[in-house]
Amino acid sequence: MTVKIGKAEVEVKKRKKKNGFIYKFSGILIAFVLVLLITALIIALSGKNPLMAFSYMFQGAFSTEYNIGETIIKTCPLLLCSLGLCICYRAGLTSIGAEGQMAMGGLMATIAGVYFTSLPRAVLIPVCMIMGMIGGGVWAGIVGYLKAKWGISEIINTIMMNYIAAYIVTYMCSGPIQEPPYTFIQSSQLQSSAFLTKLIQGTRIHGGVILAFVSIFIVYFLLWKSPLGYQMRAVGLNQAAARTSGINVTKNLILSMALSGVFCGLAGAVEIMGLHHRLMPGFTSNLGFDAMAIALLGGLHPLGATVASLFFGALRAGASTMQHAMQVPASLVDIIQGLVVILVLTQHVFSDFVIRITSSKKRLARVEKEE
Amino acid sequence: MVLNFISGLLESAIRTGCPIMLCGLGCLFCSKSGIINFAMEGVMTMGAFFAVFGSYLTGNPWIGLLMGIAAGVVSNFILGIMAITVKVNQVVVGAGLNSLCIGLSSYLLTVCYPDGVPSQVTGFSYVTLKSLASVPIIGVIFNEQVLTYIAFLCVPAIAFIINKTSFGMALRACGEQPHAADSLGINVVRKRYTAILISGIFGGLGGAALSLGQLSVFSVGMVAGRGYMAWSAVTIGRYGPVGVMLASLLFGLASALQVRMQAIGIAIPSQFFSMFPYVLTMIVLVSVVGRTVGPKAIGKPFIKGER
Repeated sequence: MTVKIGKAEVEVKKRKKKNGFIYKFSGILIAFVLVLLITALIIALSGKNPLMAFSYMFQGAFSTEYNIGETIIKTCPLLLCSLGLCICYRAGLTSIGAEGQMAMGGLMATIAGVYFTSLPRAVLIPVCMIMGMIGGGVWAGIVGYLKAKWGISEIINTIMMNYIAAYIVTYMCSGPIQEPPYTFIQSSQLQSSAFLTKLIQGTRIHGGVILAFVSIFIVYFLLWKSPLGYQMRAVGLNQAAARTSGINVTKNLILSMALSGVFCGLAGAVEIMGLHHRLMPGFTSNLGFDAMAIALLGGLHPLGATVASLFFGALRAGASTMQHAMQVPASLVDIIQGLVVILVLTQHVFSDFVIRITSSKKRLARVEKEE
Repeated sequence: MVLNFISGLLESAIRTGCPIMLCGLGCLFCSKSGIINFAMEGVMTMGAFFAVFGSYLTGNPWIGLLMGIAAGVVSNFILGIMAITVKVNQVVVGAGLNSLCIGLSSYLLTVCYPDGVPSQVTGFSYVTLKSLASVPIIGVIFNEQVLTYIAFLCVPAIAFIINKTSFGMALRACGEQPHAADSLGINVVRKRYTAILISGIFGGLGGAALSLGQLSVFSVGMVAGRGYMAWSAVTIGRYGPVGVMLASLLFGLASALQVRMQAIGIAIPSQFFSMFPYVLTMIVLVSVVGRTVGPKAIGKPFIKGER
């Protein structure tokens, strides 16, 4: 197929060779170019300069030490959640529940951080985190139990549990743990001994980043180097075969779901302890939904998930800068994220094609030469 | 007093349940053909937005309805391409599409109304079946909007199409055993695209019923999880149109009850009432529905020639 645009000619044809570096990466590249083009169109339609918008976006994600820090900060919860989701997706459970598990993790960590006043810092921080992990783990474990014992759809239950968790957080923030004098819907601030240490001055990078980094290896070893991970993956590939070879399917389903909740809960705890220092409704800001896409785009592998969450982290950091600087609608970020998910998933189709752009002159010369 | 309460509850349950039911019927078609329509939330949002926009442009709610349906079909078609032709994880595409559609609707809200968003556009008028509307308690059911009647008439029609026609049988075959269907000469890809088309129409209808049918206005986030509810209604309704209807009415009843309980002023925090529909869904799933067996090939892309 060839299309003439002015003097240039764009030729699209099916690729013959299907291997090598170019084949693998051309799809991703085309996907990103398409995302940029569509986004540029939308920005231009709202009367703003798309090039300027993109430059703000890039600056917001990478220009200064502070901005790089923002990218890393935004990556941290995304990475933890997507690592968790890798576990349950590998076991064949489609969880939508990262958002709610994160909220419960944050809630539990806040309760520990605000009210366990007598604990010293060295004990309080791990206690907060463990409370967060329990919150997320139990919240997910319920769904896992219902799925494993009674075969009740985990997708529906996780969606419902997300809503329930959001309402519980709102209730807690406007009731039992609301900050005096009870004007704002938010909890009291955590004791300063429960704050995560700032790692680099001048940025907001906190200790949770190290935790996320370590988790990459933990999840890798869990899934590929431990008997438990082997069993979970076997259950995910073929439940009947796993059962006949003596694997306890019920146990593995519940455990994989609960473990994924543990990581999501930890993400919530880290967000509260490192960043917000208090609980408020909506602090999860759709991170849990992005994590689903990240886990899938990363091929359900910890390393892939790391790369994908860095990208989404940069996108979030850059988009918020762009939005402040250019006054474009905040909904643009949702649009970009949706486009990225859809187009990046399509990449393997794109990489089946070769796109060649030539000017008409050059093409004529080539045709003559061939003749 | 009690009678008034009950009839008010019924009326509001039907009004709230109707958009969910229309979308649920759309999801049902997709499920039967083997596609998880997780994008219903976004499809509904687009339908709701364009229905109001169409009515704003022309002053005619029927043209608005058509625009809403068109928007629903177009956005559902993206899911179709991704699920059927590109063959990717349908839940994740659905989630991406939801994010795209919700973002797009709130962006379009700032672009499409240069003179400011109108507080109301022309909506549908009420249709009263005179002889039936005077019946006590349940009489209120027969004083509804056109779309509500359409929705309820669709239920037996869809039951007939799915269970009794050759199209419906072929569709179910694509959801259960696509390769067997393929070997019998059924074009699985075409059947699934047809299901996507029908599902888009119902998604747009549901969105229009939500925005044009109730407040005659579109606001960002007005869908608020109803698309997910519609999708859940298919499982709770055991993959049948009548089941979908009952499940949607249950959702409607739960939210109607929730609003009324809050209004009465019982000393329970409002968030617990707001939770009620979601908790009820889980309870119904666990206690009444139990293990549901969906179409065997649901969520699995069809690759011709693969075993």
